[in-house]
Amino acid sequence: MAEPLLAVEGLVKRFGGLVATDHLSLDVREGELHALIGPNGAGKTTFIAQLMGELRPSEGAIRLSGVEIGRLGTAARVRMGLGRTFQIVQLLPDETALDNVALAVQVRHGHSFRFWRAARRDASLRDPARDYLAMAGLAARADVPVSALSHGEQKQLELAVALAGEPRLLLLDEPMAGLGPSESRQMQDLLAGLKGRIGMLLVEHDMETVFALADRISVLVHGRVIASGDAAAIQASPEVRVAYLGEGDV
Amino acid sequence: MDRSALQRGALGVDLRPGRALWLVAPVVLAALPFVADALGDASITTLATRIVILCIAAASLNLALGYGGMVSFGHAAFLGVGGYTVGMLYSHFVAGAPFLGFVPGTDQMLLTLPAAMIASGLAAAAIGALSLRTGGVQFIMITLAFAQMLFFLFVSLKAYGGDDGMIVRRRNALPFLDTRNDTTFYFVCLVLAAAWLGLLSRIVGSRFGLVLGGIRQSERRMAALGVPIYRYKLAAFVISGMGTGLAGALLGNFSRFVSPDMMHWTQSGELMIMVILGGVGTLMGPVLGAAALIGLETVLAGWTEHWQVVMGPLLVLIVLYLPRGLGSLVSRKAGGRHG
Repeated sequence: MAEPLLAVEGLVKRFGGLVATDHLSLDVREGELHALIGPNGAGKTTFIAQLMGELRPSEGAIRLSGVEIGRLGTAARVRMGLGRTFQIVQLLPDETALDNVALAVQVRHGHSFRFWRAARRDASLRDPARDYLAMAGLAARADVPVSALSHGEQKQLELAVALAGEPRLLLLDEPMAGLGPSESRQMQDLLAGLKGRIGMLLVEHDMETVFALADRISVLVHGRVIASGDAAAIQASPEVRVAYLGEGDV
Repeated sequence: MDRSALQRGALGVDLRPGRALWLVAPVVLAALPFVADALGDASITTLATRIVILCIAAASLNLALGYGGMVSFGHAAFLGVGGYTVGMLYSHFVAGAPFLGFVPGTDQMLLTLPAAMIASGLAAAAIGALSLRTGGVQFIMITLAFAQMLFFLFVSLKAYGGDDGMIVRRRNALPFLDTRNDTTFYFVCLVLAAAWLGLLSRIVGSRFGLVLGGIRQSERRMAALGVPIYRYKLAAFVISGMGTGLAGALLGNFSRFVSPDMMHWTQSGELMIMVILGGVGTLMGPVLGAAALIGLETVLAGWTEHWQVVMGPLLVLIVLYLPRGLGSLVSRKAGGRHG
């Protein structure tokens, strides 16, 4: 069988006596949307931080297309095709939407030790940036400063910025959090449109979205995967009902 | 054409609200020494030279502080290294004995200024490489500590005057120009300041500048984009240090005297005040800040010996009522970091 896009094996992260990630194994195939769900404190964000290289795992392996990346820094991982969105938006508040995306395009183009030419007038950065904005449904808001965008628009911009990095694997940390119903549907359509092109690991609390989008779902509780399978299998799993969904909710 | 491009001219500077200033300032600056002569008050030219030199230092600090978010409380170190480069090269030139046995001394400005920038750039690389491993308050404190270490190093260097400092008997020479003439020296400083500010304005709008601004706004975001943050911060810190070193070299020439006081923490504080007073993260802010601070200092000192008593409250008032600095008086958007 071909090597999956992302393969995580036996990942462990300890903070003193606390085991935040407990022998976690999981994979994401090319073009697949793999959802990771779990109650608060299950270690989802810690797991993403380890994938991105912001936290160093205590044990285990992380491979991207068969290449071990567990010891690399964040920048090196991003160059190999990793991208992420943040649960709490991390955008450049003083810049416009277009500036934010253009900067992502610029960084993908290589190093930025260029000191003379005006980057804000560089069509090779602006034009692709407009395309990514359009892809995320923000074409009309290109010149609006981030601070003047609505929360939903900022979430869309997060996605546009991540897409501008042309990732092969995109880690989505709660892209639906804080969105209204219509914004939420828009985001869901966006992600559905990316399926098949980009591998995605979706961390999300919104079950409707997860069940609608995910090819596979893994359930994380206390840092370990207690169940993995398609939507029907997860909904049917008694452990998941007890541990996470709560008997009354389903 | 996007919005920011429309607002910025060829040098990436804002041309709209402060346009009048941009047209008037060069004329005023060029006419200044002649007006001073006509008034029979040569001290005006001297004062203007000092302001122009410190503009270079303040604008350089602003690249690190305002654009890069690196609050350095040790930039006086680079001012001092620049000054001492001039002083030491001159003393070796006079003595005829090479520095460290192989670097010959010189009194040629075309050599001393680049040498000062290289020396201060190396100092900034060393200090920055260590300091940038920290952030926030620790960064402020560690840059302060390094500057004080250099201060005491030069205090103890008896060969170069120790805490008395050293006199540069004659200003560094330039071909075809008489730098001993105060008006000529003023124009030399003015041209260098204009060139350095022009370079900084290009840097700020370049790919490098955008990455630097991004790092200031969100390091996490920039890291997630794949930017090796440390390298960019260090590069900006070194450029900032080099500009401050250039100012130090000119200051040494200007007063024909260098001393450890150039590196004292109060000097670092003064540079920071200039930047904050004028407007953090704006191109012209530090220029206005330097002019205002030195101008006020001079006026108040001529009025009372206890001028600090007036200066302190005045600074507090300016910062309270103009939180975006004096630049916001001239240009509506000067307080913002970009258009």
